[in-house]
Amino acid sequence: MVTFAFYVLALLTLASALVVVTHRNPVVAAVALAFNLVSIAGFYILLGAQFIGLLQVIVYAGAIMVLILFVIMLLNLSEEAPPRAAGTFQRVLAPAVTLLFAVVLGRALWSGGPATLPPPSEGFGTAAVLGRELFTRFYYPFEVISLLLIVAMVGAVLLAKRKLT
Amino acid sequence: MIDPRLVLVLSAALFSLGVAGVLLRRGAISILMCIELMLNSANLAFITFARVHGGPEAQIYVFFVMTLAAAEAAAGLAIVIALFRLKGTTDVDEISLLKW
Repeated sequence: MVTFAFYVLALLTLASALVVVTHRNPVVAAVALAFNLVSIAGFYILLGAQFIGLLQVIVYAGAIMVLILFVIMLLNLSEEAPPRAAGTFQRVLAPAVTLLFAVVLGRALWSGGPATLPPPSEGFGTAAVLGRELFTRFYYPFEVISLLLIVAMVGAVLLAKRKLT
Repeated sequence: MIDPRLVLVLSAALFSLGVAGVLLRRGAISILMCIELMLNSANLAFITFARVHGGPEAQIYVFFVMTLAAAEAAAGLAIVIALFRLKGTTDVDEISLLKW
């Protein structure tokens, strides 16, 4: 059952990622990305990290995707310009280099990665355990990341506002 | 049971798709979406290793990466809006303000 769910999720994830990379209409690509994010949340839950899985749905598939879709609709973007003419340097080299990269990375992970999945440890992936870690051992990184969020928020408002001159 | 290596290979494939998208796409928003794809594939690998090693650290890192992705999306999209206002396009080939 778990194996079946894994293969279905893997298929959905790869197919939607392919749509994100290839589809010319940004709205379709954004919806495919939302689909991709939700199926990755499925992986998290399958691996036992429920809290991160739910966070993925709320933060990524909720907040970030709404932001991206909002900007696409605000700018009224339709079809993207077609890719550069076939045969140019970039069109040929980019897929070749990416494929090589994928093969090297995939092989390294396959041969060096762990072969068996141990049963989840006590309290793995629960909000209680993660929250306790976050507010004790990772307290200072947590504060710094909240500062980063404020800086990003102020920067975004400053960048996107209309110049008054 | 799931083979964790399969999940890792899947995350490698997703990351490579994201790289291909960044290299091939021309719309600034499409490139941002491909970057989100790459961040997510890294998160998937983090969670797999968290499960294999059992500790909470990797999940905390995923939490931080998500926060970073939110900040990146906000700042990146603001830049896209500013560029669109300036040039009337989000095509990255047209944006060469710093080139001479």
